[in-house]
Amino acid sequence: MITRQQGNGAALEAGLPPKKKKRLPTAFKEFRKNKVLLLMLLPGVIFLLINNYLPMFGIVIAFKNINYVDGIMGSPWVGFDNFKFLFATEDAWIITRNTVLYNFVFILLNLVIAVAVAIALNELKNKLAAKFYQSVMFFPYFLSMVVVSYLVFAFLNVEYGFINKGVFALFGLDEVNWYSEPKYWPFILPLINIWKGVGYGCVIYLSAIIGIDSEYYEAALIDGASKWKQIVYITIPLIRPVIIITTILAIGGIFRSDFGLFYQTTLNSGALYPTTLVIDTYVYNALINMGNLGMSSAAGLYQAVVGFFLVLGSNWVVRKIDKDQAVF
Amino acid sequence: MNNEISKTANLVLNIIFIIVSILCVLPIVLVFIISITDYDSIVKHGYQFFPDKFSLEAYSYIFKDYGVVARAYGISIFVTVIGTLISVLISSLYAYPLSRGDFKYRNGFAFLIFFTMLFGGGLVPWYIVYTQVLDLKNSIWALIFPMLLSPFNVLIMKTYFQMTVPPALIEASKIDGAGELRIFIRIVFPLSLPVFATIGLFNTLHYWNDWFNSMIFITDTKLYSLQYLMYKMISQADYLSRNSSLIQGSVTELAKLPGETIRMAMALIGIGPIVLAYPFFQRYFIKGLTLGSIKG
Repeated sequence: MITRQQGNGAALEAGLPPKKKKRLPTAFKEFRKNKVLLLMLLPGVIFLLINNYLPMFGIVIAFKNINYVDGIMGSPWVGFDNFKFLFATEDAWIITRNTVLYNFVFILLNLVIAVAVAIALNELKNKLAAKFYQSVMFFPYFLSMVVVSYLVFAFLNVEYGFINKGVFALFGLDEVNWYSEPKYWPFILPLINIWKGVGYGCVIYLSAIIGIDSEYYEAALIDGASKWKQIVYITIPLIRPVIIITTILAIGGIFRSDFGLFYQTTLNSGALYPTTLVIDTYVYNALINMGNLGMSSAAGLYQAVVGFFLVLGSNWVVRKIDKDQAVF
Repeated sequence: MNNEISKTANLVLNIIFIIVSILCVLPIVLVFIISITDYDSIVKHGYQFFPDKFSLEAYSYIFKDYGVVARAYGISIFVTVIGTLISVLISSLYAYPLSRGDFKYRNGFAFLIFFTMLFGGGLVPWYIVYTQVLDLKNSIWALIFPMLLSPFNVLIMKTYFQMTVPPALIEASKIDGAGELRIFIRIVFPLSLPVFATIGLFNTLHYWNDWFNSMIFITDTKLYSLQYLMYKMISQADYLSRNSSLIQGSVTELAKLPGETIRMAMALIGIGPIVLAYPFFQRYFIKGLTLGSIKG
């Protein structure tokens, strides 16, 4: 109490506007009141500043010609030169096309298959069996991409792989050099993606289906609706909000890709790049394997900026549909 | 009235699910069989589900020279345990104030973390921060630090706290003279155990399966985690097989050591702990996912 009066007096003497003399002490009081909560936030804040916000200043690298003598700050500015180089190459188009198309296919396939699996699981008579199938289908999700690359390798290895030696040899087909033939990967990668993700994907839909009031079905049954009609006219319309929200949010991430899938399962084979190189793997290869800081950071910033507007846009759409479901 | 599907439909669905389930585990079965196949049989017939000769040579080879594998296991276990503990602590400490409706600076701190979902500096600046500023190249902390806090986990925890801890309870404890930290430890934590378990499992899986941070920051073989060791083994062996047409004769001689089977045995040793923990894992995982889908 005493300190506050003194504070007020001091402010008056200093001739500060009357508004401020009240605010300073309350802000301080507010701070003291929340001292413990603020302290709880501190480790997280420090982490975010180092891990997320400090690198944001590094986007200047994309506009510089970095050399190791001058360092980041001292290196000369080159404006948009790095971007000009990037977009002058065919790579820019290839990585954009690959990233967007693969994600588009993944979103569509995952949606259709996960919803179908969720509906089918829910209809099974034996609930114990349904639980068992779900557990087994969920299993691949728990494997790391390195392990997945081994599993894929067991099938696709040129010399000993099961596809070449076991299947193709049986039908008298020629051996395929899987890791140097780009044309097969637009089919292989979605297959791996579905195999790994369907168990995970159907969980959300399954919980939405279980949440549907059984009275809807009872009423439909009295009206003589078949099982198929019930699915088309009750189940799917009622889980539509979940489907829409999940899909729109996924579209927001269409410029970001699953690095492990594209890097590990292809064994980062250069011969496959035309159909497997995506923005994330390009950024990594340019940085680690080629040491090309300019190109790498230009591609990274390109991804970050487009990704930013996509996430923001998709979230805006979600907010229009259902305010509670929006992340922001 | 009976609204179940017909017996035939049920049978068909069950058959489809059995086939799908088999397809889900088939690749792992193949890898297991390869790992116990005799090497000569592989050279002759390739990888098979029903090889004509079995051999445990690969495993005895790995266990004879178990130092590398044991060390990688040690690194993975250390990173997973320490990483999970710290990340659950930091995440919950960040999520709890955000869940408090009466916390004045809630929106500012929420923005600070959720903005990172929208925008990032990218790999290059991030790499420079870790190697130049923090100097974590070839440090075990480079495997732990990058994954300490995820906005997604904070979102789940925040939502859960809001659902399970009524504001009136916190108000009442305050009147009883409990401090904020005491309220968090004695009231919020016990009420929210499921979400702590869920986030703990999410993080355990992420740390255990991580190879990306090793690939970027680790060159010292002593710090190889299990996943990274496996990655090294497949990427190097593949290099041999891809270039084998160039140097045919010498490589087949060199490959007399059962490289193929050893690699697959390594993959199995790497999967091992996940398989054992799986039944426990997936139950909580499904719970956690449903929890997260309530919002976000």
